[in-house]
Amino acid sequence: MSPRTLYDKIWDEHLVTTRADGTSLLYIDRHLVHEVTSPQAFEGLREAGRPLRRPNAILSVADHNVPTIDREKGIADETCRLQVEALEANVASYGVPYLPLLDERQGIVHVVGPEQGFTLPGTTIVCGDSHTSTHGAFGALAFGIGTSEVEHVMATQTLPQRKSKNLRVRFEGALPAGLGAKDLALALIGRIGTAGGTGHVMEFTGDAVRALSMEGRMTLCNMSIEAGARSGLIAPDETTFAYLKGRPLAPKEALWDTALAHWRTLASDAQASFDTDVVLDVSALAPQVTWGTSPQWVTDVAGRVPDPDQATSAEDRQAMLRALEYMDLKPGTPIEDIALQAVFIGSCTNGRIEDLREAAAVARGRRVAAGIRALVVPGSGLVKRQAEAEGLDRIFTEAGFEWRQPGCSMCLGMNDDRLAEGVRCASTSNRNFEGRQGRGSRTHLVSPGMAAAAAVAGHFTDVRRLMGA
Amino acid sequence: MDPFTVLTGTAAPLLRANIDTDLIIPKQFLKTLVRSGLGRNLFHEIRYDSDGRERPDFVLNQAPYRKASILLAGPNFGCGSSREHAPWALKDFGIRAILAPSFADIFFNNCFSNGLLPVTLPGEAIESLAACEGPLTIDLPAQQVRGGGQTFTFEIEAARKAVLLEGLDEIKRTEANLADITAYEARRRQEAPWLDIQKV
Ligand code: SF4
Repeated sequence: MSPRTLYDKIWDEHLVTTRADGTSLLYIDRHLVHEVTSPQAFEGLREAGRPLRRPNAILSVADHNVPTIDREKGIADETCRLQVEALEANVASYGVPYLPLLDERQGIVHVVGPEQGFTLPGTTIVCGDSHTSTHGAFGALAFGIGTSEVEHVMATQTLPQRKSKNLRVRFEGALPAGLGAKDLALALIGRIGTAGGTGHVMEFTGDAVRALSMEGRMTLCNMSIEAGARSGLIAPDETTFAYLKGRPLAPKEALWDTALAHWRTLASDAQASFDTDVVLDVSALAPQVTWGTSPQWVTDVAGRVPDPDQATSAEDRQAMLRALEYMDLKPGTPIEDIALQAVFIGSCTNGRIEDLREAAAVARGRRVAAGIRALVVPGSGLVKRQAEAEGLDRIFTEAGFEWRQPGCSMCLGMNDDRLAEGVRCASTSNRNFEGRQGRGSRTHLVSPGMAAAAAVAGHFTDVRRLMGA
Repeated sequence: MDPFTVLTGTAAPLLRANIDTDLIIPKQFLKTLVRSGLGRNLFHEIRYDSDGRERPDFVLNQAPYRKASILLAGPNFGCGSSREHAPWALKDFGIRAILAPSFADIFFNNCFSNGLLPVTLPGEAIESLAACEGPLTIDLPAQQVRGGGQTFTFEIEAARKAVLLEGLDEIKRTEANLADITAYEARRRQEAPWLDIQKV
């Protein structure tokens, strides 16, 4: 057999059949379901009188519009509550496994899947959510789908697919101390653009990737969708296996050994060819901060807001002007001079224990600057419990951060955690689109350490200055 | 699903690049339990001011475009969130075809699930279509866009074209492969027994 990429291998293993019209029917091993993109899918099944093929291949949880405060009292917002209730009714009637709102395992779907060992190497994973790419950190082919496709998977456990191209990203050199996966992701998107990965599955390689923890790898794969890629992939290794061992839904005993033997074959062959190659030297990378309304508009913390007059095309110039107007920024302003009114630490990008440790290390013994509202929202109940066991919650609250219950929260503000018009926020989430965190809100994407540093300084500052001090 | 064959209608130009699905339909409208009724909230944040009044400078608030059935867009249209609410909102407004130099992957797929035709054409073609007066015709069988005396040909994968032309139900199509799926599952249980989940 000719040399294959990791993507090729997973694809081949899941090919049910190639149809006469040339499309491939791909088997889906795992399906994550949340309250926002599933009601119409369940409704579709019901209307057509179709059964759900494999309820146990689904894990469902409400995360997008759940309150992050006083949740024991129920959901005050009626539309939010109705959507969560609809999910609960649907999963009950179809026998789908569900983690209830008050269960400690509840959390953001992309944090919960890996935590439970639902996410496994070499599997195909889908969810009605673009950040499903997160699970690629385990060497799983994971991608976001629309609600009609959610229904398709519920009914048939397959999806008609077209094969994407292979793109390899090689991060060369060691990442400097104080930087993390978020900086890698943002630097990459800055380099190739938000459409740079379109039509591709992106495999991340290089020493800087191997050195990342599973949390870091998830951050990186999470943002591959922001580069337009269908999925991100990292070949599994000892770090992956150590993370998975003993997780509730991971294989046990003899099955673990059988699985492990297979997982060790999940790497791109040395001679495998990629349609596109991107190489990025990260040894001198500085912390990244976005300045515009697209993740590709990013620069070093020591940099300045760029001048649209330097744009390479009239369209780019127009787009930059619009972004700067929306962001209320002037060309040439040093990034470090940008003052903030809000800080959000959380989301499926950076709401895991390691992210909270990184932020807490900066917050420890310091105070959130006057005039800043700072929120820390753990990605799941288990992350919250772990953080509390380590005393991180006290570090945050003593510094003036609010410590919340798990959910998507201010990443998109479907619940009450929204920014008011014009408010500028340093956020560890993944999208700085217009209105993403609330109508007229201004989002700057950064790492957890950089967000905490911004919270205590009141403006952006190089987190390395606050480290080890 | 309604079939798509030949469409003649007004084309609204919204040529900026990277229009994301948050902009097409913002989060506050994702709390719905149904697919319909999103048209009035299409492009909400740029179509209405903070008091809910129409912004006169927004294209869909202007006379001929209120009834637009075609959207002319910039590159990477539909990037971001996977929300199918985006094509639902476009369709509910009355848009049946979107012409852009490129589309984001998930949005592109979602269009076909809803009988919407995404047409990929070079930026110059879209600009010259935006400049012409009168309606455009999108002829799917002939794979052509015609308007203002110009004709552009576009590519579309045969399987996708068939789905739109015949208004096919994708799930029903896949059900024709049920025996293959069952056989695959049986084989898979042997080869990868660790994948079976008994209980959460
Ligand atoms: S945290 Fe944000 S990006 Fe992640 S699933 Fe929730 S809303 Fe989507």
